Amino acid sequence: MSILVVDNLSKQYSKNLQALKQLSFSLEQGESLGVVGESGSGKSTLARILIGLESYQEGAITFQESPIAPKKRAPLRAYRKNVQMIFQDAASALNPKLPIWKSLLEPLKNYSEFTPSFIEVDGLSDKDIAEKLLGLVGLDSNLADRYPGELSGGQKQRVNIARAISLEPSLLICDEPTASLDVTVQVQILTLLKELQQQLNITILFISHDIRAVTFLCERIIVLKEGSMVDQFELDDLYKSRRNSYTKALLDAASL
Amino acid sequence: MKTAVIRTSLSLGNVNLVLGLLLAVFITSVTLIGGSLVPHDPFQVDMGNRLQNSSSIHWLGTDQLGRDILARLVYGAKLTIGLGTVAIVVAILIGVPVGLISGYIGGKVDAILMRIVDGILSFPDFILAIAIAGILGPNLTNLLIAIVLVRWIVYARVVRGLVLTEKQKEYVLVSQTANSSSLKTIRMHILPQVIPDIIVMAAIDVGKVILLVSSFSYIGLGAQPPIPEWGAMLNDGRSYFQVKPLLMVYPGIAIMLTVLCFNLLGDGLKSHYDIRRGRGRI
Ligand SMILES: Nc1ncnc2c1ncn2[C@@H]1O[C@H](COP(=O)(O)OP(=O)(O)OP(=O)(O)O)[C@@H](O)[C@H]1O
Ligand SMILES: [Mg+2]
Repeated sequence: MSILVVDNLSKQYSKNLQALKQLSFSLEQGESLGVVGESGSGKSTLARILIGLESYQEGAITFQESPIAPKKRAPLRAYRKNVQMIFQDAASALNPKLPIWKSLLEPLKNYSEFTPSFIEVDGLSDKDIAEKLLGLVGLDSNLADRYPGELSGGQKQRVNIARAISLEPSLLICDEPTASLDVTVQVQILTLLKELQQQLNITILFISHDIRAVTFLCERIIVLKEGSMVDQFELDDLYKSRRNSYTKALLDAASL
Repeated sequence: MKTAVIRTSLSLGNVNLVLGLLLAVFITSVTLIGGSLVPHDPFQVDMGNRLQNSSSIHWLGTDQLGRDILARLVYGAKLTIGLGTVAIVVAILIGVPVGLISGYIGGKVDAILMRIVDGILSFPDFILAIAIAGILGPNLTNLLIAIVLVRWIVYARVVRGLVLTEKQKEYVLVSQTANSSSLKTIRMHILPQVIPDIIVMAAIDVGKVILLVSSFSYIGLGAQPPIPEWGAMLNDGRSYFQVKPLLMVYPGIAIMLTVLCFNLLGDGLKSHYDIRRGRGRI
């Protein structure tokens, strides 16, 4: 079953800047789809549209069989519970003036009627819940009281991931979640995402210009160029069949 | 952590803040204790004791109507500083929410609010205040209304500008994707970033307002006799300047010290916050 269907999506920022051109693809429940493309190809624009932060001119987006309505409050609330995003810059996604536990709990506070499965007992304090969340992403619980400035880049991105999965979303959009990190930390974060996906059965839309990261995590890949989809293939077919010249160029650049 | 903050604020770079605070302590204690040390009625006319020099009874002497100058200065301090503070607080209470809403919501709301703001801003402060005082009649209340009407706009504009930068921050976007209400996002992520700038502006502004109120009173558009507002006292003393220049010197010094105090506080707080922000960035 398709969890997300994007049909003929077009986005124009200004008269001569069309960021997305008639983009169509779908995302199957539980899979992880990679979106690759060079800088400026419209990857972040796509992510921001899907998360409801950006408007679009044409096309339709269907999530779990119903069209998303970014202007209506109740459906938007339900949608946001189910679709969460991880941003590129781990540091600026956290308010520097708030202790980690406060940032972590913001989503759950907005859905107080929802109890995630990692909360097994009643009557946990906010701090307890934050510490449990930190545990889910392999962080020490004593980070809860720290401020973002007192964490490493990798730790910050783990906190962001913990916050995003706190609502147990069915779809997680990752916009270059490792781009701001060291190579070794990148691998750790990718591994964490892979584990979480299996544990929680999350569907992942993984955006990156790093085709190596994409091949690590995703079974299927689409290639964007100047806002259009120029190629799409299963990972297994990457070397089998003849690839689009643009895809080849990307592969060559990554020396794969 | 606390000691680090205190150390930063007392470091050499922040002479301004220290001097400002000392001056503030001095002015506050004179204002609060001064009245009971010199138990004279600032309004009590005593024609037998006109233009006295300082004595053990009248520490700073008496004015042309035999009123105790120190008592009038102290009363004037409460009036001038109190009114200046009230005016700025009211201006902040109006201007900051307008700036937050305008900047955060944007679109039509922003366009309309900013059109109003620009309209009012196209008149110079002083002219507008004179016009309003002229229309409503010259007294302290009307002068304060005029000041609030002129100053809230400045806060609205500055805060709007800050919000426009703040709302691009990724953690504000994250807050939106967490389905936080606009009010919650503003309270949690935007207002705390804006408050230091408001405090710095307010400190400098109170000084400016005190100067403005005194100038207006001096030219007869503010406090009216016999109210011992400092500007009005300057005006009173003008006719006796040849005989007793101290009549103008005392309120002049009072105005100067107070305005200096608020400016020092403003500058000091500014570098205090800048240092802390710098630390945050590293
Ligand atoms: N808010 C905006 N207003 C106007 N133009 C924009 C805006 N955001 C992005 N663009 C433009 O749209 C195009 C696509 O940008 P986008 O950020 O989606 O690219 P990207 O694939 O994410 O690139 P990168 O790999 O560098 O992050 C670019 O030409 C960019 O300049
Ligand atoms: Mg991008």
